[in-house]
Amino acid sequence: MVQTSQAEPVAVSDGKGAISEGKKAERKLGWLLCAPAALVMIAVTGWPILYALWLSFQRFDLKYPDQREFVGLDNYLTVLGNGYWWSAFWVTVLVTAVSVAIEFALGMGLALIMHRALVGRGLVRTVSLIPYGIVTVVAAFSWRYAWTPDTGYLANAITPDGAPLTEHASALAIVIVAEIWKTTPFMALLLMAGLALVPDDLLKAAAMDGAGPWQRFVKVMLPMMKPAILVALLFRTLDAFRVFDNIVVLTSGAQDTSSVSVLAYNNLIKGLNLGIGSTMSVLIFIAVALIAWIFVKLFGAAAPGSDDKGRR
Amino acid sequence: MAGVGGAETPARKTKWALLNIIVMVYALVPVLWILSLSFKSPATLSDGNLIPREWTLENYAAIFRTTEFTRALLNSIGIALIATAIAVVLGTMAAYAIARLDFPGKRLLVGASLLIAMFPQVSLVSPLFEIERTLGLFDTWPGLILPYITFSLPLAIYTLSAFFREIPWELEKAAKMDGATPGQAFAKVIAPLAAPGVFTTAILVFIFCWNDFLFAISLTSTENSRTVPVALQFFTGDSQFEDPTGSISAAAVVITIPIILFVLFFQRRIVSGLTSGAVKG
Repeated sequence: MVQTSQAEPVAVSDGKGAISEGKKAERKLGWLLCAPAALVMIAVTGWPILYALWLSFQRFDLKYPDQREFVGLDNYLTVLGNGYWWSAFWVTVLVTAVSVAIEFALGMGLALIMHRALVGRGLVRTVSLIPYGIVTVVAAFSWRYAWTPDTGYLANAITPDGAPLTEHASALAIVIVAEIWKTTPFMALLLMAGLALVPDDLLKAAAMDGAGPWQRFVKVMLPMMKPAILVALLFRTLDAFRVFDNIVVLTSGAQDTSSVSVLAYNNLIKGLNLGIGSTMSVLIFIAVALIAWIFVKLFGAAAPGSDDKGRR
Repeated sequence: MAGVGGAETPARKTKWALLNIIVMVYALVPVLWILSLSFKSPATLSDGNLIPREWTLENYAAIFRTTEFTRALLNSIGIALIATAIAVVLGTMAAYAIARLDFPGKRLLVGASLLIAMFPQVSLVSPLFEIERTLGLFDTWPGLILPYITFSLPLAIYTLSAFFREIPWELEKAAKMDGATPGQAFAKVIAPLAAPGVFTTAILVFIFCWNDFLFAISLTSTENSRTVPVALQFFTGDSQFEDPTGSISAAAVVITIPIILFVLFFQRRIVSGLTSGAVKG
């Protein structure tokens, strides 16, 4: 880091040659500083995903390593023709859609509270960070015990006769609740950053013109917050699509509550089937890329990464 | 910062206080529940009371009696600390270059790290499992540290470059004018300004590594490198026939404490780090 400053003075000196010298040094330094990070990221994501693609065209079961052979698209046909895959896929879509929608509403409320609270604002902010920080597995255990008959306050109070975690619909609902509880604060923080971009004067002007609180919210705040809302929704959608910890701890995927991540994990670690596991890896990758692409298409220049200028 | 057109009347204050309480209950109840379970004796475990009728430290004593939990705790601390240190160093270098230097490929790098932030981690589980088995990294510390570094780098680069952009770099020039060497200018002027950002990033990265479950459960198989979140899932209690609820709760509380402490002490920084990284991008 220290040598970085050497590039600076050269660039200001006179003469065209000197400027390009300085530029060259700056470029070199830029690449040098970024190279380690870039290399690690490529080595651990780029290369394995290509490797997964290659594995996905093979029959490769670690229980029968001798039968390894190239099978083309067979694995894809197997997975896409399989009821478990589609069940897991729709469970994932459902969990993602419902939890992100509710999180958005709750998160917006929480953001408004954190932004405007008259009393104890710092306290609210601190406390609402706790779900963000707490280990997901711990949170999931807390929800599991809460809904287990006898040990749980919720199970005892709400469903005295049943075991909600052993039924498909209620188990899914609990997975969603756990997901919402854990990540609403994150959503709220991102939205709060967006709220900070709304100028108070504009709200006062709108109030002068007779806009009620709801109108001010919909007509003034929401449009101003659009970039922050998009970032929050995109990140949370992609994150929710990866749901894994909650489901493993709450139901281990029983009662058809597996998400695609849980299914891929089970095929790999319990089934030791690298071919099928890799096929699922690739399919999940494609699904996530599609979601990201749709977000970027729908919202165009406002998408994150498209540079600051588009948003100011 | 009072609400638009509203005075701070006692009625409004009460309303806000009430809202605050709702938020706090929402955020804290699951945490308090696991805390309460961890102090309950086996006999009262299922009484459904929030406040234990009989307090006991037996659950805590039990988890520290065997190596199952202590080993996992050691793994978690070591792996998370090493991954955090490396990710923050690499991230600082890259973020500095992105915030201050002009070089071709910069946007590509920013775009690529954004892609990685959105990457479905489960997609890497199969190939990494096979690659690490071949390289002998499966079930070792480096086998987990590598993916952790990779997935925390985008976070580190984003938050740090947002911090670096806010640093008034003219100060560096001014210091040099006053006769400081480039090294001195950096060490005395820039480094102290950058330190809070680096520190915040380190906390965020640490929380990420500490939390991970997917890689930890897929790329480990024994106590050699199993981290606490995974160990919890495999807990069986002192004997096979004992319900491990109490031990799991106690272990859960132990691994939650460091995070809660971070959150309490560095709340402001965590908020600014998260929001600046994610929204200002």
